[in-house]
Amino acid sequence: MNPSALLQVEHLTMRFGGLVAVDDVSFSVAQGAIHALIGPNGAGKTTVFNCLTGFYKPSVGRITLNSPESQATFLLEQMDDFRIVRDARVVRTFQNIRTFPKMSVLENLMVAQHNHLMRASGWTFLGLIGAPSFRHAEAASVERAEYWIDRTGLAEYADSEAGALPYGEQRRLEIARAMCCDPVLLCLDEPAAGLNPSETEQLSELIGYIRDHHHISVLLIEHDMSMVMGVSDHIVVLDYGQKIAEGTPEEVRNDPAVVQAYLGSDDDETDNAADTTT
Amino acid sequence: MRPPFASPLLRDAVLVAGIAGVLAFPFVGLLLTTQGTAPTLSTRFPEFAGAVVLIFFGRLGISAARRGHSLFPIVLGIAMATVGAFSLLFETTGMAADSAAPWHAFVPGTFLATVASAGGVAIAVVAGRNHLLRDSVPVAQKPLPMKQLLLWTGIALAGVAIVLPLLPAVDRRLIDVATLVLTYVMLGWGLNIVVGLAGLLDLGYVAFYAVGAYSYALLSVTFGWSFWVCLPLAGALAALFGILLGFPVLRLRGDYLAIVTLGFGEMIRIILLNWYDFTNGPDGISNIGRPSFFGFQFAAKPAEGTESFHTLFGIAYDPVHRLIFLYYLILALALLTNAFTLRIRRLPVGRAWEALREDEIACRSLGVNPRNTKLSAFAIGAMFAGFAGSFFATRQGFVSPESFTFIESAILVAIVVLGGMGSQIGVAVAAIILVGLPEYFRELQEYRMLAFGMGMVLIMLWRPGGLLTHREPTIRTRPQPASA
Repeated sequence: MNPSALLQVEHLTMRFGGLVAVDDVSFSVAQGAIHALIGPNGAGKTTVFNCLTGFYKPSVGRITLNSPESQATFLLEQMDDFRIVRDARVVRTFQNIRTFPKMSVLENLMVAQHNHLMRASGWTFLGLIGAPSFRHAEAASVERAEYWIDRTGLAEYADSEAGALPYGEQRRLEIARAMCCDPVLLCLDEPAAGLNPSETEQLSELIGYIRDHHHISVLLIEHDMSMVMGVSDHIVVLDYGQKIAEGTPEEVRNDPAVVQAYLGSDDDETDNAADTTT
Repeated sequence: MRPPFASPLLRDAVLVAGIAGVLAFPFVGLLLTTQGTAPTLSTRFPEFAGAVVLIFFGRLGISAARRGHSLFPIVLGIAMATVGAFSLLFETTGMAADSAAPWHAFVPGTFLATVASAGGVAIAVVAGRNHLLRDSVPVAQKPLPMKQLLLWTGIALAGVAIVLPLLPAVDRRLIDVATLVLTYVMLGWGLNIVVGLAGLLDLGYVAFYAVGAYSYALLSVTFGWSFWVCLPLAGALAALFGILLGFPVLRLRGDYLAIVTLGFGEMIRIILLNWYDFTNGPDGISNIGRPSFFGFQFAAKPAEGTESFHTLFGIAYDPVHRLIFLYYLILALALLTNAFTLRIRRLPVGRAWEALREDEIACRSLGVNPRNTKLSAFAIGAMFAGFAGSFFATRQGFVSPESFTFIESAILVAIVVLGGMGSQIGVAVAAIILVGLPEYFRELQEYRMLAFGMGMVLIMLWRPGGLLTHREPTIRTRPQPASA
């Protein structure tokens, strides 16, 4: 284990009654890198995400985040979900899109800057009297939102209802919204699901841009193998809740355990193999 | 030209009339009357037949108009309206009474005649509109500039509200009704924060209204404090109750939240009813201090050492002054609520409320603290109910638990939902419709519930999202789009 890593997951185990969804998984995410978490359906990838972002409390294990700016260390497994975003700045998106459908794209991005703006508005009191300091903070937030609206190609939709956006745009909106939370680690849960090849291409570029220009680490769950292999620096493979391999895309591709998990061995049941074709 | 008597229309009308016949036979066709001690069953077949025939033609006209026919439904509508109008004339001029002609029995009653003429006119109008619009269909429908429209509606409503008591035609009764409506408008706006913005379905909102009313009543009666001192205190106490009641329900959503808040509303009322030593129980609290105009009383003979309102301005004493003052007081409080809501919607906390209504999990994934956000919505909503409650207490001079029953909460939720969740003007319009009209037309008591139910059905059919569903974003990107 690398002690200088941004995120360290150690012996993470999540049980739901008798079912062990994640079983003693350890991995780390380096600063400024793109990591991918892959595995067949039901391997426990989203459960790992839910543990990382506080939506589940892990049964066993430790999740440490070493904040690169403040030098602080956060134990994520002990924090509430919204505190993880606010203090440790680990931000996630969802596999099934969760925008605020009746609010405009810009408003969606303003909600993402809620904590910053709450402080600037003096917990509403300064905002009510229209203090200049709040107005400046709000203008800065709009500027930040507009930056991400441009980056994700949503400029023409900026003032439209989020729920009226096409599917691919909603996915990008979720990423823009997560970026407005000013994360140090961005967790994307199947961002390419339902996108066509050219949209997936744009998405890979966006993720690369986030790493290269904002030096933000990305942890990615994805089924689209060509995208994962193209964009990732490091890949962790889960199967039945256990880590079966990790390494660079090249190493993982040639790992016999991974091949078996995805394609099934000769005597394996065929339904396992059917999953992997997606 | 399509044949007007297309057989599906006819079949449909026969079917509907058949269903109506089955339903109407026991309700309309049979009449149970008591003569002496023995109940007797009499029949009203002419009315029954009239109703079924009316429904047959009405349905035929409605479906024909819906399918885009124009000539046939217009003729039918006019015919129905004419028959209805003539029967109405016939009834009201008393010709029916003297006429011994055998066909007299088949003249429909007043109610049927009214429905026939109104329905006939409606069908003719709809069909006529279809006819006129038929050629202009390809023209793209211009979206109404809703923002401007709402703004001007709001200004117009506020203007009417401000000059209302000064109009010569306005009497005490209208001012009274208007004051009542404004109380509901204010409560509706307060509840709109909780239900419309934060999406927390609160069926016990009247509890905070009660807390405000009793706070002022008790403080005024016990310590003799003035209305202006007690108003902020009542608001603060109600807000405190909002937080207290909010804590246990933080994890609940939707139906569960509604049931628990309903329970809380009833608990407050029952406590007020049973804690006799403190609240005087069902007897209520009377002799609550009346509000003063900056220290000047509204009284014919002011207490020793004080001056009254009419001597201050050197005008004759008139009890209506107090009513007008109360009217302006609640108008100011309501407009304050509105201004506050419009402002807070644009602040981070207001956006967080709306985001919470849209998706709580997404909110948490963005670092929004759901507990604080929900509690602030409960507290601020409750605060305005507290203000309205103290106004209620000072207006009535008397409070008792009877005023704070569940039906009040239900009316308020109906106002917010019918108005269109989150729409300020929608709430005001809904309050006028749901509270003002029934109150003003009290003589038509019998038909109040009928009209109420019809209104509900019409709104559900035509505006299922509420009267006004337009939502203006709280913030826009800086280069305003030129077309908007």
